[in-house]
Amino acid sequence: MANTLIVENADKFRGKAQVLKDINLTIAPGERLALLGHNGAGKSTLIKSILGLTPIRGGKISICGAAPGSAAARAATAFLPEAVSFHPALTGREQLNQFARLSGVRADVPALLERVGLSDALDRRIGTYSKGMRQRLGLAQVLLGNPKLALLDEPTSGLDPISRQDLYAIIDELAAKGTAVLIASHALTEVEARTDRIAIMRKGVKVADDTLAALSADAALQTSIRITARDGEADRIAAQIGGTRINGASVEIHCDAAAKMEALRHVAALGDAVADVSMTPPRLEDLYRHYAKEDHA
Amino acid sequence: MIARISAIAGTELSILRRNMWLFMATLIMVLFALALTFAGSAPTGTLGVDMLTVSVASMTTLSVYLAPLLALMMSFDAISGDRDRGSLALLLTYPASRGEILLGKFTAQLAALAFAMTVGFGTAGALAGFSGGASADSLIALIRLVSTSIVLGAVFLGLGYMVSGFARSSTAAAGMSAGLWLIFVVLFDLGLLGAVVMDDGGTFTQHIFPWVMVANPADAFRVWNIAASDAVAVTSGMAGAASALPVWAAPLSLLLWPLAALLLARATFGRVEP
Repeated sequence: MANTLIVENADKFRGKAQVLKDINLTIAPGERLALLGHNGAGKSTLIKSILGLTPIRGGKISICGAAPGSAAARAATAFLPEAVSFHPALTGREQLNQFARLSGVRADVPALLERVGLSDALDRRIGTYSKGMRQRLGLAQVLLGNPKLALLDEPTSGLDPISRQDLYAIIDELAAKGTAVLIASHALTEVEARTDRIAIMRKGVKVADDTLAALSADAALQTSIRITARDGEADRIAAQIGGTRINGASVEIHCDAAAKMEALRHVAALGDAVADVSMTPPRLEDLYRHYAKEDHA
Repeated sequence: MIARISAIAGTELSILRRNMWLFMATLIMVLFALALTFAGSAPTGTLGVDMLTVSVASMTTLSVYLAPLLALMMSFDAISGDRDRGSLALLLTYPASRGEILLGKFTAQLAALAFAMTVGFGTAGALAGFSGGASADSLIALIRLVSTSIVLGAVFLGLGYMVSGFARSSTAAAGMSAGLWLIFVVLFDLGLLGAVVMDDGGTFTQHIFPWVMVANPADAFRVWNIAASDAVAVTSGMAGAASALPVWAAPLSLLLWPLAALLLARATFGRVEP
């Protein structure tokens, strides 16, 4: 199937500073892409370019074959701005009705608000909503009229952990229906399990774009294995298999993903001396640090 | 297109109703119109005109100040408010063009202004007519006052949107609106007055001054209302300047201004990057 979103060689300048440098990005229908980067890395600028809110200097962007900001692209795209708010005098129902009328879709507004957990606040003024509730209201308008592409800018900001779970459940539903989802985020650990692919931006350059497993292998990040020894055996273990003593009873060894099983076999050979083993695969944080801080571009 | 404009207008009307703007604007218009009508009813006998005529003359002066003020207070955060909240970017990703958004807000706010003007001037005019007499002439003058006040309001709604698109925040937009009001309603006239005094009855006063004056929508409004009715002109004592101009000058200026203001607002809005 053709990609829903195609960004080719996009360049953008603000004054003399180049804020997007030769960005290439695609998202297939039903794919969930996490776009990671520090503040000022160009995530929001890229999203605004895709929405047609700000023009790009060079390159090309297409949404289902349409140009950014065109009627077809607007109809196909849903957007959740970062920390969005709405007019405090309106109720949640009125605000969603307006969005539904603007996009020309017939929507069951009460059902949508129930889906995001706002059914109690349906007819309350948005001025009385908490930050998390406003964020949910923003999410409800994303669900209006089956978008082909959903762009979510920091969707978890202001949400408590349970709401975050709900949010990712909704994102999964969207993706299952064939929506291409782009999630710009700082919240690394959540994105890890919830997305199909990860793109990392740094100073306007895309420095990485692959699955978590492939990125980990490419960055040669090490898995750490911690061995808890029986009384007095820690020194012997450290001498036998290498690694560093952490405290009186533990030894930690680091190894490549490929060498992991061999290291485990060594540990198993130690027999009774080992009380416990725990293994930590490379985390997204490590990966992020690797690609975002090191001089990778 | 109509559906999208009416979606924006509908929301805007609920906001105006909900935050009491519609009520406050109407109340202000009624109170001021009543106060002026009955405070200014003294010269009826000496000038030989009915009370409604005097009332219209007083209310014309009132409207020059109040219509722009109310319009600017409604419109100054139309764009900057949404931008401050972060909802402008979202609104612009929906299939509504910037022109449609502007027209939707304009329709709702103009309707609110029209309601306040009609009720305010209508109440005062009706009371003046009952207590001091009215004529066909003075009734037409009242209708003219109400409709031209709405057009004057439309001018300043447009100028308010322009300021709102231009300013970096709602606070800045509020300040700029106050400045705009001062310039159009107070300073412009003061400047012209100064020029006339300096000129001492020369070419400027006789040929240029009336045209410069009528280029300002607030003055065009005043001239139109006064020149169109002899009786109103007598009571306001402003017949001199108005008579130096062709009849069409003031109406043309006042009717072109809303168009110009809306086009300026659209152009400014077009440059806004949310």
